[in-house]
Order: sequence, then C-alpha cells, then structure tokens
Amino acid sequence: MVHYLDHAATTPVRSDAIDVMVPLLREGYGNPSGAHRMARAANVVLDDSREAMATALGCAPGEIVFTAGGTEADNLAVYGALESFDGTDPVAVCSAIEHNAVLDPVVHSGGRVVPVLANGVIDLEALRASLDDQVAIVSVMVVNNEVGVVQPLAEIAEIVREHAPNALLHTDAVQALCWIDLAEAASSFDLISISAHKFGGPKGVGALVVRDRTTLEPRVRGGGQERGRRGGTQNVAGIAAMAAAATATVAERDAQCARLEAMRDRLIAGIVAEVSTASGADAVHVTGADSPTTPNIAHLCFDGIENEALLFLLEKNDVMASAASSCSSGAMEPSHVLAAMGLPSSVGLGSLRLSLGYASTEADVDAAIAAVPAAVARLREMGS
Amino acid sequence: MADVLVALSGGVDSSVAAALLIEQGHQVTAVTLKLWGGETDSGCCSVSDVEDARRVAQQLGIDHHVFNFGEDFDRHVVAPYVEAYAAGQTPNPCVECNRHIKFDKLFRRADALGFDLIATGHHAQITELDDGTRRIARGADVGKDQSYVLHMLDQSQLARLLLPVGAFDKGRVRELASELGLRTADKADSQDVCFIERSPGRGDGARKAFLGERIPLKPARIVDSEGTELGTTDSIEMVTIGQRKGLDLGGGTDRRYVTEIDHENATVVVGDLADTMTTRTEVPDLTWSSEPVSDGLTAQSAAHAKRMPVTVVGTTLVWAEPHPKVAAGQSVVLYLGDDVVGGGIAGQELASVDAARLPRPSADLT
Repeated sequence: MVHYLDHAATTPVRSDAIDVMVPLLREGYGNPSGAHRMARAANVVLDDSREAMATALGCAPGEIVFTAGGTEADNLAVYGALESFDGTDPVAVCSAIEHNAVLDPVVHSGGRVVPVLANGVIDLEALRASLDDQVAIVSVMVVNNEVGVVQPLAEIAEIVREHAPNALLHTDAVQALCWIDLAEAASSFDLISISAHKFGGPKGVGALVVRDRTTLEPRVRGGGQERGRRGGTQNVAGIAAMAAAATATVAERDAQCARLEAMRDRLIAGIVAEVSTASGADAVHVTGADSPTTPNIAHLCFDGIENEALLFLLEKNDVMASAASSCSSGAMEPSHVLAAMGLPSSVGLGSLRLSLGYASTEADVDAAIAAVPAAVARLREMGS
Repeated sequence: MADVLVALSGGVDSSVAAALLIEQGHQVTAVTLKLWGGETDSGCCSVSDVEDARRVAQQLGIDHHVFNFGEDFDRHVVAPYVEAYAAGQTPNPCVECNRHIKFDKLFRRADALGFDLIATGHHAQITELDDGTRRIARGADVGKDQSYVLHMLDQSQLARLLLPVGAFDKGRVRELASELGLRTADKADSQDVCFIERSPGRGDGARKAFLGERIPLKPARIVDSEGTELGTTDSIEMVTIGQRKGLDLGGGTDRRYVTEIDHENATVVVGDLADTMTTRTEVPDLTWSSEPVSDGLTAQSAAHAKRMPVTVVGTTLVWAEPHPKVAAGQSVVLYLGDDVVGGGIAGQELASVDAARLPRPSADLT
C-alpha cells in the first residue's frame, strides 16, 4: 500500500471532480465560443464553473481568468502588470521565497527580490525599502510550497499601497486554497493565482483573479476568450472539475485544517522523538517551528544525511515524499527557499517535506513515523 | 542473483550493460548521475541524456533514479581540473571523476541504499587471480579500452563492481542495443571532457575559454634550449609537452617541438624531436593494485597512448626505450599483459635544461 505524503506537490483528483469531468469529455465536448446548442451547453458549464470559483475565492465571476495552471497565472500577473504600467521602466518586486513561477519572471525582467527573515516571513522593512513609484507589481505568496510559512498579506498590502502607489498587488495562492479563506486574506490584492491540482482538481488548469478595476495586458492573445485577457479555447472539462474540487475544498476546509493539523503535529513529534532518541536532539531540525504555517506541511532537516538517499529509502517503504524542488531532470537541487531563510546548504541537504492533504490517513502518518527515523538512522550510520 | 545498481548515463554502453545484467538474472536498478549543467540543463548530463536513460530503463522494465552529485563533481573534478592547469599540469578529469564520484560517492550511496553491486558501461574487464586478487584488465575492444581511467580501483571496489560490456566489441554493443530496440543504439560516443562543451571547429578554443573564465591565463615566452627567445604565447596553460603545431615562432622552417614547460618562470622551451623524449618519468603517488610487479611491465601515459615496456624503481618509471615526455598531471598506468597492476599521476618532468641558464621573464610577462 502506498503512503502518499506529497500533497503539496500535487493531490489526488477528487472523485467528484472526476465525475464532473468524464461526461464532459465524452458528451459535453462543445466549444464554448460556438453558436449551436452544444456550444451553448459548454458555455453554461463555463459560466457555472466561473460562478463556483468566484464563490470559493470571494470575487466576482467576471474577475476570474481561467489559465492552463498556476505558473501561467503567475506569469500573466508579473509580465501583464509590467506591460500595463503607465510610464517607463516598470519594476517587479517579489519575496525571495517565491515559487520559480514568480521568481523567474521577476528576475528575468530585472526586478527586485526582497529577503525574508529566518522564520521565512518577508522582511517588511526591506519590502518598504524596495518600493517606489516605478514599481509596477509586488508579488508575495500566501503560503510557501516548501515550508508552509504563511505571509502577513494585510500588512504587506498596507505597506505596498503606501510606498508603491502605482503597483498592482499579486499573490500566488497556489498552496493556499485548502487552508486559508482567500476571500478574507487576499481581499485587498489585485491579482490572485490558483492551481486546480493542488486542491483535488486536474493538472493543467488554474486561474488568475483579476479585479475589475485592474488593467492587465494579456500574455496569450488569440480568440478573445476570457474577456481578451487569455486567448485559447477553454479547457471546459478541466475547469468544471476545478470548480467542483474548489467547492468541496472550501466546504470542508475548517474540518480538514483541524484534522490535518493534529496529524501533522503527531507526525513531527513522532519523527523528532525517534530521531532524537537514536541520534541526539541536534540530528533533526524542524523548519518553520516558530513561524505561522499551514496545517499540512512537516518540513524537517536531518543532520549528516542527503535527502536523495532518504527519499530512495522512503520510497522502498512505500512512503512518497519530497525534498527541495527537483529540476526538470528529476535531480534534487539546493532549495532557494531554505537558503533565503538562512539555513546553511549542509542543513538543506538533509531536508524532507512531508505534506498532508484531504486524502491523508492516520495510517500514512504511522507509516512515515516508522519509515523516516529508520531511514535516517541507516543513512547516518552508513553515510551516503 | 545480486541487487545491482547500474550507472546509466544515457549512452549506448551503459544501456547495454543494464540489459545484460537483467539477462544474467540480477535485480537491477538504474541511476543517472547529474554532475554538471546547472540550472540550464544543457551540455553533458543534459535533460535529453537523462531522458534517454529514463526511457531505456522504462524499456528494460527497471526503476530509474537521478542522483545530483553536482556539488561533489564541482569540488572533486572541475575545481581540481582548473587548479591543475593553474599549477602548470595537464590533468585527466575522467580519472578524478572515477576516483571520487563513480567509485567513491556512488559506491557509498549504493552501500547505504542496500545494493550488493555496482555496474557501469566501461569498456574494461575484471580478472581474478588464483589467490582471489582482482585486477582491471583491458576491454575486448582495444580501440575503446577504458582500463586506463579505472586504474585506481582497489580490491574492495573491484569486488563490488561489474563491467558487463567489457567483453564485447563496441560494434557488438551497438548491435545488442539495436536488437533490443534501445533508443541509444546509434547515439554518438561521449566526448573526452564532458563538462566542456565543444562547438564544431573550435578545437582547443573551448578549453581555453573554459579555463579563461576561471583563472587568469598566463602569458609566457618561448625560447630554444640556448635561452634565445623565439616568440611568445598568451597562455602557457594551453601548451603541451611534445606539441609542434600552433606555436607562433615566426620565420624559421625547422620543426620545433615543446620540450619543457616551466610554468613558474612562464617559459616554454622548444627543441628537436629528440628533446621531447625521456627515459624516466616520476610518478610520486604510484600505487600497486596488489603486490608490486617487477618483470614484463608496460606503461600507458595518456588515454589512448601506446603502452611501452618499462621498469619501476621506487616511484620512478624507467622506459626501456626513449619515450615521449609525460605531461605532469597525466595518469601513468602499469600493465602486466592486459591487466592493470598499478598507476599514479606523473609529476613534473625532470629538467634536462639547466634552469639557471634560462633568461628570467620580464615583469610584463608575469
């Protein structure tokens, strides 16, 4: 039996999402831009999905721009804001722990990267110092994908509005929908990215919330879909599945948060106790222990081991986990998030992310509590 | 059979090695080492090489993993390679990669993960003597033989290593790959220094550019054995013992060869072909794979150089006949028949020209 503890990478697709999707692929395949009744039926599905997403995100239906995932939404936000800037030499600003979907466009466009404190929270003083009239967009993620640290969006918004009056405010909420009410948390943000596969929807579908008052140049031009903000025939079945998943996720959010927080705490306590007993308290470090975090991520760094070897041994015990971000070849790469939090690369080398989600069970936690300390002990003994 | 970890590079040799191991009944797992290429994923260890390895593993029905040993590769192979040039040597990075990455780091990783044996696609064989001693031996395909770059393996490493393609000609390896329908069957052989990307027609320019980005290349004067200056070079690092072409010496029609490289004094000495030869080569770190051997030895001093008869006195190789001088930093490998029995890294050539007679380089050259 497989124990899947990698929900932050992707979640299993909810069966209600699959149930919505399959008939649309089989029978409801009309192009929503068309004129005949099959097309109109598809367009109704799109309208319904847009309304459901608006409810889940706390925005108006017309503010939803469907994309082919979170990365596209992030790119649309950053480049779109830069291109829409009223003036010359616009600057993009983001935090140092952003996902590469934001970080790379910001760096690529010659933008500014704001450091975070040791607990992973953005350095608000440094943020203030990075702002001026030339800033076209400030992007700070709600929840970090590696360590689960939650950013103080309201304070960030206040600072940005005061010191960068021309900037759009964007948040990458790809990791957030399962844990945080975005209607409240991101209410003052102009742009919000989400991705379906992080909350039980299929891959390759996402959305960018673009507030009505906001002008944003499109990145993908074409048939005028999504009010001209994103060309291309919509992925109707995927979008409907995303809406179903979002609705289910929001409905059970409070209950899942409580359930998973208890599981996550048991997971961390169990592993830390075992490893400390076997190898001493210095052998394990809980990342984000003093930070505001989501209830689903346990991020640990083990002293004197390499995470590639650890993941290999965990997989042998049917525990699916992850470490830092992996590059396109599948090799582990040093984490820019841990580096930004000031962790030495030798510590980051032994990092492990166990992430829970709606499908997690107590048996998954038991399996990880058994497998992780055993693997760590073996690797500490044998070297890797 | 055994639990074997095969290093699958994405080339044809390791692909066939994996296939042969499966055929022999082993429990095989494949790993591709990501050593270089950084975030751009270009050049060697590129995404397409990893992709080839992954698809071959999939075709063969075995698990495939990627280990990122980039930091170790940088520390133990690339940095020492650059430092060696900066110190006036001609290093062999493949030897260091084998020593530190494939047969140390990977061996330790494989042990920790519970594998019994490691396999690679090297063209070399392992022979076992009556007393149980093992030796690396020449691969069946003389033209592709890689025993030279495996000379550092000790008994404990040899006991845990399998080299499945060493018994085959390269042509046969490609045939086997093609019979199995492996996508790597016709893939070109890998280049010599994998981390320096060569572009067609650039020749040594790629190496010069690579080094130039990392160390200040050292200008040097070119003199004859009398100390008369004949020309200059902008980078002594690019000059090799025995080299004839590529030196800008002006007018003279005589064939001149590089006979000495005095890195410290930024001086290259050129002379006749006879001056490029020596009878002795120092190998300060010479080691024997088991017991020292005195009779019937030959030595090989570069990747595809001819093996020549030699006797060993301490750490000095005495060539039976005059032998081209060996560039410092090159591996010198001792063979008994086709078996590797020892080896080490050549030290600086024993000076045959009295350094005191050479002119001191002027300040603007150093």
